[in-house]
Amino acid sequence: MTKPISVAAKTRQIVKKHGGGKSAMIAVLQDIQEAFNYLPKEALKTAAKAMNVPMSRVYEAATFYTAFSLKPRGKHIVKICKGTACHVRGAAILQDRFETTLGIKPGQTTADGNFSLETVNCVGACALGPVVVINADYHGQVTINKVDKIIKKINEEGAQS
Amino acid sequence: MVNMMIDGKKVSAPKGTMLLESIRGAGIAVPTLCAHEAISRSGACRLCVVEIKKGNRTRIVTSCLYGVEEGLIVDTKSERVLNVRRLVMELLLARCPESDVLQKMARDMGVEPQPRYAVDTDKGKCILCRSCVRVCEEVVGVSAIGLFSRGSYKEVGTPYNEKSDVCIGCGACVYVCPTGHIEMISTGDKRKIWGRTFKMQACSKCGKFFAPVDQLKFISKKTGTSMEELSVCTECR
Amino acid sequence: MNENPDTQARQIMDNLTLYYGPKKKFVAICAGTGCRASGSLKVKEALEAELKKQNLGDVDVLATGCLGFCEKGPMMVIHPDKYFYQHVKVEDVPEIISKTVAKGEVISRLLYRHPETKKTLFREEDLPFYKKQHRVVFGQNGMIDPARIEDYFAINGYQALGKVLSEMTPEDVISEVKKAGLRGRGGGGFHAAVKWEGVRRAHGDPKYVIANGDEGDPGAYMDRSLMEGNPHSVIEGMIIGAYAVGSNQGYIYVRNEYPLAVTHLSIAIEAAREMGLLGKNILGTDFSFDIQITKGAGAFVCGESSALFASVEGRAGEPRAKYVHAVEKGLYDKPTVLNNVETWANVPLIINRGADWYNSIGTEGSKGTKIFSLVGKINNTGLIEVPMGTTLYEIIYDMGGGIPNGKKFKAVQTGGPSGGCIPESLLDIPVDFDKLYEVGSMMGSGGMIVMDETSCMVDVARYFLEFLKEESCGKCVPCREGVRRMSDILEDICAGKGREGDVELLETMGKAIADGSLCALGGSAPNPVLSTIRYFREEYDAHIRDHRCPAGVCKALIRYSIDAEKCTGCGVCVKVCATKAISGEKKKAHVIDKDQCTRCGACIQSCKFDAINVK
Repeated sequence: MTKPISVAAKTRQIVKKHGGGKSAMIAVLQDIQEAFNYLPKEALKTAAKAMNVPMSRVYEAATFYTAFSLKPRGKHIVKICKGTACHVRGAAILQDRFETTLGIKPGQTTADGNFSLETVNCVGACALGPVVVINADYHGQVTINKVDKIIKKINEEGAQS
Repeated sequence: MVNMMIDGKKVSAPKGTMLLESIRGAGIAVPTLCAHEAISRSGACRLCVVEIKKGNRTRIVTSCLYGVEEGLIVDTKSERVLNVRRLVMELLLARCPESDVLQKMARDMGVEPQPRYAVDTDKGKCILCRSCVRVCEEVVGVSAIGLFSRGSYKEVGTPYNEKSDVCIGCGACVYVCPTGHIEMISTGDKRKIWGRTFKMQACSKCGKFFAPVDQLKFISKKTGTSMEELSVCTECR
Repeated sequence: MNENPDTQARQIMDNLTLYYGPKKKFVAICAGTGCRASGSLKVKEALEAELKKQNLGDVDVLATGCLGFCEKGPMMVIHPDKYFYQHVKVEDVPEIISKTVAKGEVISRLLYRHPETKKTLFREEDLPFYKKQHRVVFGQNGMIDPARIEDYFAINGYQALGKVLSEMTPEDVISEVKKAGLRGRGGGGFHAAVKWEGVRRAHGDPKYVIANGDEGDPGAYMDRSLMEGNPHSVIEGMIIGAYAVGSNQGYIYVRNEYPLAVTHLSIAIEAAREMGLLGKNILGTDFSFDIQITKGAGAFVCGESSALFASVEGRAGEPRAKYVHAVEKGLYDKPTVLNNVETWANVPLIINRGADWYNSIGTEGSKGTKIFSLVGKINNTGLIEVPMGTTLYEIIYDMGGGIPNGKKFKAVQTGGPSGGCIPESLLDIPVDFDKLYEVGSMMGSGGMIVMDETSCMVDVARYFLEFLKEESCGKCVPCREGVRRMSDILEDICAGKGREGDVELLETMGKAIADGSLCALGGSAPNPVLSTIRYFREEYDAHIRDHRCPAGVCKALIRYSIDAEKCTGCGVCVKVCATKAISGEKKKAHVIDKDQCTRCGACIQSCKFDAINVK
């Protein structure tokens, strides 16, 4: 097995890939999150230095955009669409169900690190509302029954692997 | 020079200047909280709004950012203008109930707190005018502080609320803060600001502690002036 | 170069038509995000495998972009007969190939059935959903695999660019677009040609061209479907725009939530570069232009131009006061044309078919067609493209098929969080930029969310203000603090804690926030509240005075009970109830303990007998 690359080294690699210019900041943060599933402090500090941007500006961008997370996120990311079409078709009811079943609020991760719950303002699959996106899979016309099944299925798969 | 009508008065102003200066130049008072001569303007507080008329079109603009124009008719006290200012003051009073600066300003404007808004208890006196952040970036040049998160969660501080390793303890942010939100405690040879304690330099002539050592080092590095030369306070120079 | 570059451009373009698109016989399977969610990619794989198995090598399978009728997915159209199949499953594939593809026989169970006449309908154009549409921009999605540039060539792709580079001056292009009357599809409805002219005249170098694909309005997804389904139409429009204004660098700003759009745009840009349609000396002329994709990171405010520029420049997306327009100082303070994705996709059409054709469609002030996403409480959900001026009634009842489950229509919300709710009494207004504004809403990017009697209009206003509270950038006081306070008051009203005078206060605040905010987000943020107060005041009063939610939505104001007549005692609700609030003997009517019940809705969703009452 090859030695895992350090956070700082990986970050420098990412900055280099984007040419190091200040305008690439958002793209760099996106790649950092892609690599580590969140934005580690060390990565932000490394990126600030490598791109010659004050840390305060980097932290501003990292905290401004909702796609970025400063905390490690769970293995499975549940995104509940809160678009208008989903809202009028009962997205709030689903959110309640996920919250009570998983025992977490949006923005939080379960203690076992299995699930993170997030809300998103519209995934653009409005005809299928209410929609829940789990990792990269879209689930349409989700009912409370389906919520229970989805969680159960993921938990079972997790137990097997 | 361009010619305008402000509250019925003929006013002329040099091209390229802002409306706010012309209005104040004409002896008309306009409240502001975020416009400070040391820094660039952001238009964040919205208190300086005025109503302008060009042709048949009227609109509300922030006078601190709106450039003077030939033939402009400006109303600084229209009903719409006063409604915006009242709203802004009511909102700020609910956000920073402790601020004496805001209370005085509200009194001068005849604005009472809006009882329907529950007052905040966690915002201190910060109105997020961003003057501190701008002075730190534009004048001091270290960008130690920033505006984090967004919307009603927005706050001023150092990244991760940690002690900043770029802050030089100069206190410029304290100086430009309109409400006195930023806390700086100087006691003898120490100064505490943004959670970090700075060692103060004593003047080599009079012995008074006058500036953080880190600030002098920063200036020395930037200007090439020796630390020795910088270790004399402004009064003894 | 010996040859005249213009003639050469023409020659290259003519040769492009030599590329083959799909074969004569092909199956277009929708692979838009909606149909993918319904499993269309598996159907596509099955189609390819089955064609091989049945030795039908001369038939193409086209994984197309969104076909619009997303609710019926996975759907497919079988060419050349154009039979339309809905809800296709992998198991259906062998039969589709052996019967329909090989012999032209129709499988009637896969056809659309008219909900009233119960007649099966064969072709897309026979369906009420499609019949009244005018799909000049969006309709091409069904003819191309967005990942294959040659499919786009086959439907006259890049011919408009060829025409522009070989026959037209930049001024000609601008005047043609002006004559067409193209207005921005992103919300404001600003005349595209006026912006272009401004940038062409502006001093400053370089000049930038940007496509705004930050489709932030919840409930709108037409831009997504264009970027995913026909990326070259957007790119071609941008190249033409760049030529017109004299720009060499373009950006497409895509929402973070649209990964497939990024993939398809990237493939398309690469293919266009390879063909010499992007990059240096496009088609051998001295015009050079290239496009870079920038991904958003989750901020609604970045749909606002100056916030979008900040984001492209790598900073937090905060707007700035725009007393100097973007045509003079936009991205990096340089002259910039920013148009919405759908606006760009209209450009090749105008050049190809001419301004006179284009401006014959639509109303006096709004020309061409508009794509809407017709979603919410409506029978036929999906994307529709109609001429400007089509009435709301035609859209909702003729195309949308009305309200499901025999419920009564209440309102249609347009314009996203900046728009408003339009009541039944205004359903016969023709939809265009000006008319929607007149009735207190706006076009926005084209979301139409239909609401029925079970939608609470105070809750809808609360929903939008909560959305805006979260999305406000926080820079200026009226928006950051004011929207939050409005949201708090609405929250109170929905919780039964509204006070006398709240509605009047919301109106006063709304006006001052609209006047005092720094950017358009704050400027239009009060609209959802003001428009619902205007048309649905009685619902506010019911909440505040009678502590009653007439639509049965606001949890604090409703009670669940079981209709003993309808309840069969099956016990399903007992199982789904998270708080164990339901009890009863098997096969006998159950009861709900009002103190335990959290009104989560689980029992309602699971009851097959409609036995749960909400009051």
